[in-house]
Amino acid sequence: MLYLSTISWLQEGPFALYRWNSLKEDLPLFFHAFLYTIGISLGALALAFVLGIFFGILSATKNKGAVFLSRIYVEFFQNTPLLIQIFFIYYGLPLINIVLPVYLIGILCVGIYHGAYIAEVVRSGIGSVPRGQSEAAASQGFSYWETMFYVVLPQAWRMMLPPLTNQLVNLIKNTSTIAIISGADIMFTANSWSSMNLNYVPAFAFAGILYFILCFPLAKWARHMEEKNKKAYSR
Amino acid sequence: MDFSQQMQQLFTFNNMKFLFSGLLTTLYISGVAIFLSMIFGTLLAIFRNMQKGILKILATIYIEIVRNVPNLLWIFIIFLVFRLKSTPAGIISFTLFTTAALAEIVRGGLNGVSDGQKEAARSQGLKESQIMLYITLPQAFRSMLPAIISQFVTVIKDTSFLWSVLALQEFLGKANILMGRYAQTGQVFMLYGLVAIGYFIINFALSSLSRWLSRNWAKAY
Repeated sequence: MLYLSTISWLQEGPFALYRWNSLKEDLPLFFHAFLYTIGISLGALALAFVLGIFFGILSATKNKGAVFLSRIYVEFFQNTPLLIQIFFIYYGLPLINIVLPVYLIGILCVGIYHGAYIAEVVRSGIGSVPRGQSEAAASQGFSYWETMFYVVLPQAWRMMLPPLTNQLVNLIKNTSTIAIISGADIMFTANSWSSMNLNYVPAFAFAGILYFILCFPLAKWARHMEEKNKKAYSR
Repeated sequence: MDFSQQMQQLFTFNNMKFLFSGLLTTLYISGVAIFLSMIFGTLLAIFRNMQKGILKILATIYIEIVRNVPNLLWIFIIFLVFRLKSTPAGIISFTLFTTAALAEIVRGGLNGVSDGQKEAARSQGLKESQIMLYITLPQAFRSMLPAIISQFVTVIKDTSFLWSVLALQEFLGKANILMGRYAQTGQVFMLYGLVAIGYFIINFALSSLSRWLSRNWAKAY
């Protein structure tokens, strides 16, 4: 301890020890933010899944109108920033008397945004299943949606899992965008807490660790699945 | 004020020029960031592909840490911890993050080049550095260009954070400034629409190019 206290940057400056101690005291605050981020991510993931599977299947139909509709959805949300959508709902809609709570804006915007990416994953997953499978199902009297849910999607699932997991990682990272409209997530808590006491280094380091804990295992698992698929399908 | 008056007030030459200059700032920041990231990302990818050594470990740690933490956090860190001015802070934070993303894209491209190519080059007496520069990278570049362009789209979209965090007057920032002056409902909605369309035109063109390249050009070898 004697040696430690003689090192000046541990006593003062952005890295000082007392700053880390005050982080330790306010740990419950960050824990709450951690749960908030997880909650928003799960809500957004559920919405993204529903939208993604729906529009993904639409884009694999032969109906030109349905394909066009799903193209519009996918292209619009993949090519405009998430933040514009969030700003529009948070700042724009109140002008016509629609006021939504921040957590709902987070779930809606992140969910719809990533639904567009998941729709593309579902579309290419469906494309990877040989046509003979859906033809065989049709010959057994399955309807289009039955064929999709009982025959095609279960087989496409294996190919879709790694990109879906990568999408989940991106989704978790993108929930941080709601910090800009004061959602009480990890990023906002780190920013507002440190702007009160100027403990920027501990706050953002810890926020980074929390995101890393969420994202790294998922990203690692996705890569592992991808390697396994590559081996299983290459002859 | 009725709608047409609101629009007359909004659609002046100066306002449109003001918005357009924001779009140019967005493209400038993301263009510089993606260019620098391509250089650093290629280096990191080569380091990570090494058999062993300290460079491999450092590159792996950098890529994994940076990629698994939101981009927004890096913007905050660069701005608040390092106290940089807004334009360099924007460029540096995006370069930091995009370097890691591009390193993984480049690595995928490098691993896609068949071993026979390297063996053939070695048999001709090329050094390892020459093989990388003249044989592996050019072929890998072709297969990874679509993914690099997609990453460019992501960067352009994410630079919209910069107004909120650094008060950097990029495209969305300029629109927000205009919204302060033209705060009628119709004007605000029109401005959001204009910005969305502006981003959409550029990003849609880029992602269409990326798709076209991956279908018609990337798999030439």
